Amino acid sequence: MAGVGRHSLRGLIARRIAITVGLLWIISLLVFAATQVLPGDTASAILGKTATPESLAQLRAQLGLDRPVTEQYLDWLGGVVSGDLGRSLAAGLPVGELIGDRVGATLVLAAVTLVLLVPIALALGVLSGMRRDGKLDQLVSWLTLAGVAVPEFVTGTLLALLLATWLGWLPAVSLIPPGESPLAHPQFMVLPVLTLLVAGLASTVRLVRVGVAEAAESGYTEMARLSGISERRVVRRWVLPNALAAGVQVIALTAQWLVGGIVIVEMVFQYPGVGQTLVQSVQSQDIPVVQAVALIIAAIYVLLNLLADVALVLLVPKLRTRR
Amino acid sequence: MSAVAAPRSQLAGHRVGQFALALLAALLLVVALGPLLAPDGPSEIVGAPFSAPSATHPLGTDYLGRDVLSRVLNGGRSVVFYALLAMATAYTVGGLAGLVAGLRGGFTDAALMRLMDVVLAFPPILLLLVLAAGTGGSTAILVAGVALVNVPGIARVVRAATAEVATKGYVEAAVARGARTPSILARDVLPNIASTVAADAGTRFAISILLAAAMNFLGVGIEPPSPDWSVMITENRSGLTLQPWALAAPALLLAALTVTVSVVADVLTRERRSAR
Repeated sequence: MAGVGRHSLRGLIARRIAITVGLLWIISLLVFAATQVLPGDTASAILGKTATPESLAQLRAQLGLDRPVTEQYLDWLGGVVSGDLGRSLAAGLPVGELIGDRVGATLVLAAVTLVLLVPIALALGVLSGMRRDGKLDQLVSWLTLAGVAVPEFVTGTLLALLLATWLGWLPAVSLIPPGESPLAHPQFMVLPVLTLLVAGLASTVRLVRVGVAEAAESGYTEMARLSGISERRVVRRWVLPNALAAGVQVIALTAQWLVGGIVIVEMVFQYPGVGQTLVQSVQSQDIPVVQAVALIIAAIYVLLNLLADVALVLLVPKLRTRR
Repeated sequence: MSAVAAPRSQLAGHRVGQFALALLAALLLVVALGPLLAPDGPSEIVGAPFSAPSATHPLGTDYLGRDVLSRVLNGGRSVVFYALLAMATAYTVGGLAGLVAGLRGGFTDAALMRLMDVVLAFPPILLLLVLAAGTGGSTAILVAGVALVNVPGIARVVRAATAEVATKGYVEAAVARGARTPSILARDVLPNIASTVAADAGTRFAISILLAAAMNFLGVGIEPPSPDWSVMITENRSGLTLQPWALAAPALLLAALTVTVSVVADVLTRERRSAR
């Protein structure tokens, strides 16, 4: 029997990986299509208002934009797979060179946020979920609702007003010198991380709370309590493992939200990450940079989801029996 | 759970819900009538850039010297309008897809739903930014993008509700009668799924406002001269220390709007659930 279970588990994970690869391919197709099909192409973006039909045609030929779309796509995809992300129109540099440091800065921001977010979300979720409709639970549920409802850029602006403008404790913008790690300048990270935490906690605490409340009120914890097992042991033995499974879901959910949150927070605080690059290149229609950055962000996001899925299957045996 | 806890929390929901509803109504009134109350034109330059609040300009001036109060009073309309437009588009497209999938089933159903999964694979902000990249951003892309993000969720809800109704006797009777599909949808299906489908409209409205505001803030939606609240927060960023009211006023109004919409939507959903 153990052998069968192991086999199906491996099969389940293999299936998830296959789906992920397929999804990545579809995403590459969509990213390319969205930036190609819509009106306005790279050539007209470069020439702007000075464009004439002749100069446009010439530049299109020079950039290879007059070739069939499928050929352009295959060329681009081939480059991406072999590590060539294309060349920025605005900076004239290879995209890889342009965003190398920035990917690192964004990952640091994401990692610091997650490291702080997950334990706080679990603690708050467990505390309020254990006493559903108690004072703390009421407070937490209204606060989290407000946290979800306020846009990150508003939260960030209000936090900057409070902590930088009025109290003067922190710098209002995160002007990290190029080439230096954000970890060397912790004062520049406080406001971005705080903003992400406020918004992130709001959605994740709600999720953990529901998971814990269900476990705490379920038949099996009731049974344990009736058998005279102490409340502390009930929590440790039955409620917390369920909260842990919720924690993995929290990471997956946070990953989805974090992608958008980080882009916005980087713009609010002028944090030199890859999200800022993405927005600036969208504004200036620097298509090669948009394609590369969007693909990288989507890939990280899809891979995080895959990891969370696999971890969840390993943590919660019940899920393995499905199919 | 004790027997007292549930009704008590419901009552708390009522009180907060009623307060939120009143605040939301007041905000919407300001949004609708604001342009008539504004002392100056939204694009009129009335003083030096970033002047502090004074008797004539209670919220001071912005980065070009325009009256912040007048711009704030003019800036709510676009926030509500574009979110509503995106919602209408999303309900039309998602509703149609869900109806067809739910009624037809089989291959059509599977194909449509897989298409929705692909949209869901993208984080919303990323999807909107990629869509905006071809044009550098515009209000048409803004509405289409925010609608697109909402379509899969709506399609799923409509599909599930339609599939359930489709097995009911009155629908089978209509089919047996030889009624045509559009007539079945309009007369037998739609009236019976309407309340289910409308249940989460409030939540979707809040999400649409948030997404549209984020795009405007990122500078890929509504163009700067417009006095949109989210645009104001971006354009007055350099006045954070000089004239914080130029940012605080639109930020607080936007937050008040999204919070009240969400609270009202949340209370309505809970009421519905406990009524069942």
